[in-house]
Amino acid sequence: MTALLEVKNLVRHFVVSRSAFGRPTALVKAVDGVSFTVDTGETLALVGESGCGKSTVSRLVLRLIEPDQGDIRFEGRDLLAMNANELRAFRRDAQIIFQDPYASLNPRMTVGQILAEPLVLHNLVPQARRRERVEDLLRLVGLEPRFARRYAHEFSGGQRQRIAIARALAVEPKLIICDEPVSALDVSIRSQILNLLGDLQRRLGLAYIFVSHDLAVVKHIADRVAVMNLGNIVEIANAETLFTSPRHPYSRALLSAIPVPKPQARRSRMVLEGEMPSAIDPPAGCRFHTRCPYVIDRCRDEVPQLLPSTAGHLTACHRAGELPRAEAIIPSDGAFSPELERLVAAFGRTDGSEPRFRG
Amino acid sequence: MTDTPLIDIQNLRVVFHGDGGRTTHAVDAVDLAVAKGATLGLVGESGCGKSVTSLAIMGLLPKQSAEVTGSIHFDGFDLLNISDQIRRDLRGNRLAMIFQEPMTSLNPSFTIGDQIIESILRHRGGSKGAARKRAIDLLRRVHIPSPERRIDDYPHKLSGGMRQRVMIAIALACDPHLLIADEPTTALDVTLQAQILDLMRELKAESGAAIILITHDLGVVAEVCDEVAVMYAGEVVERAGVDALFATPQHPYTVGLLGSIPRLDRRSSHLATIEGMVPNMAAPPQGCRFAARCPFAEAACSATSPALAEVSPGHWSRCIRAPLQRLVS
Repeated sequence: MTALLEVKNLVRHFVVSRSAFGRPTALVKAVDGVSFTVDTGETLALVGESGCGKSTVSRLVLRLIEPDQGDIRFEGRDLLAMNANELRAFRRDAQIIFQDPYASLNPRMTVGQILAEPLVLHNLVPQARRRERVEDLLRLVGLEPRFARRYAHEFSGGQRQRIAIARALAVEPKLIICDEPVSALDVSIRSQILNLLGDLQRRLGLAYIFVSHDLAVVKHIADRVAVMNLGNIVEIANAETLFTSPRHPYSRALLSAIPVPKPQARRSRMVLEGEMPSAIDPPAGCRFHTRCPYVIDRCRDEVPQLLPSTAGHLTACHRAGELPRAEAIIPSDGAFSPELERLVAAFGRTDGSEPRFRG
Repeated sequence: MTDTPLIDIQNLRVVFHGDGGRTTHAVDAVDLAVAKGATLGLVGESGCGKSVTSLAIMGLLPKQSAEVTGSIHFDGFDLLNISDQIRRDLRGNRLAMIFQEPMTSLNPSFTIGDQIIESILRHRGGSKGAARKRAIDLLRRVHIPSPERRIDDYPHKLSGGMRQRVMIAIALACDPHLLIADEPTTALDVTLQAQILDLMRELKAESGAAIILITHDLGVVAEVCDEVAVMYAGEVVERAGVDALFATPQHPYTVGLLGSIPRLDRRSSHLATIEGMVPNMAAPPQGCRFAARCPFAEAACSATSPALAEVSPGHWSRCIRAPLQRLVS
């Protein structure tokens, strides 16, 4: 079976300065040889720190930015060979939700107009039935149909993010790229949006590429996780595997840095010294070697390849096979106290029943 | 607590007077105390009043529009009734604050050295040479590599994590007795956050300063705080030692917050959510402000406003249904 999305050796460099003759003198290697696949109905998370290239990847796969090299296939079709018309059709299948719900909705349009626009552009629903469809979309994301007459500024951040999700869903896409969709939201609102994304995925069979720096959120929502550092994927595995036995030292450092809501959680932390090197002049060899506690000479010269250890678990580290086991640094919440567990259950009725939405 | 606390806030209220006679009750009857050397976590979501509380302590609220009543006693001073002159002497000296946004809280036209030295000279006096030496020491203390060179850098040359270290160095310049950190790691990546939290723990152990850490992240609270106050809609709804708060929270809002954090130890298809919205603070509801969103609410909850009551020794909750464990046993 072909994957829904297949990305091979994607490269994108940005020119940051030019000589007097216009020749590039400095390049940011934002994305430097990235490959992955996304299957129908699954969630692939891209994680990493600011500047690792995760957002650039998300824009490249929609061709919002053109890649320098590489190959992108959606349902087997070559995305980079598409002309404007084909590309427009492709954008019915793939949508994006941005981080900032305050900036991503047009303040001069009503919610109804915002949601009807994709229907008009793609000529999906005859005019007579558009209003009905807009109301359906609002209901789908847990908002009241009467909100269609209001403007974006009348809504809270969480409600705006629901509107942005409804807009993405208007064209009935197969893939939605979620670029830090909950990072700007408060904790309680964040959980509402995560639940909504999960419900929609199950109901509509959507695939997500979920870009985030928040590993706890990623653990919750992702089926597979790709960890990025300075334009490369350093490890890719299914979420359960990555969170229980990460192999790359960078993945381990990221995981060990998650603050856990349990005082005196016993774990040895792997705090990285120093700062992330610049993507303008990334270190030779393994790009993580300047911060890696396990560095050996080979890491400074030779670029490690992304190699499988077990099926579906790939790591780009020369020493992946010889590192100590990772249990000690993996944060486990330890469970909540039984009392708290019962309270939380009573509070959220987290039994998987229909989620309750109120506008 | 037998000692007099370092800072003792009683019945603090902040009302903002907006255009057209609109009033917003941002902080309502807040009592808080922090002992010397202790770290208090002030937790809550956007608009709950946690930042306004800290600005009231620092005396940074606009005088024209903000009406501040109650009392804040700090180190022998009544902070709401002192002259601007004394307030300026305290600020940056015994009372220091770190803000969330390291990118905008440094002046771009001065070197980081200038900005640290300014604070030392203003409060401590002494020669410029001595102040510079102290500035280099401070940069070393917050783990800035090669501080002798870095001191002459302008802020734009530093990354976000480095700038936050510089902000901490400025805050520590005069050995403050109380450090208020308003979301100090929110703008940083997790690996940098871990570094800054380690640094704060280390500095607390070294200097014995009290810290008020304002955050929305309960994970951060669990890592660095001794005590926690949870705020909702301008009120403190729960106050407890950190272990007790995470083991047996006594306010439903705290339960909701804990339940809405994605779990690392198991996978569940749904997170707990807190339905509905925070009340409009221009006209706060009659009874419990959380009642409309609370799954444990009963009729009495909306009738009268509950008091902050001691549920078990040192554990306070503003909920008439506490202790909560009897509701689920």
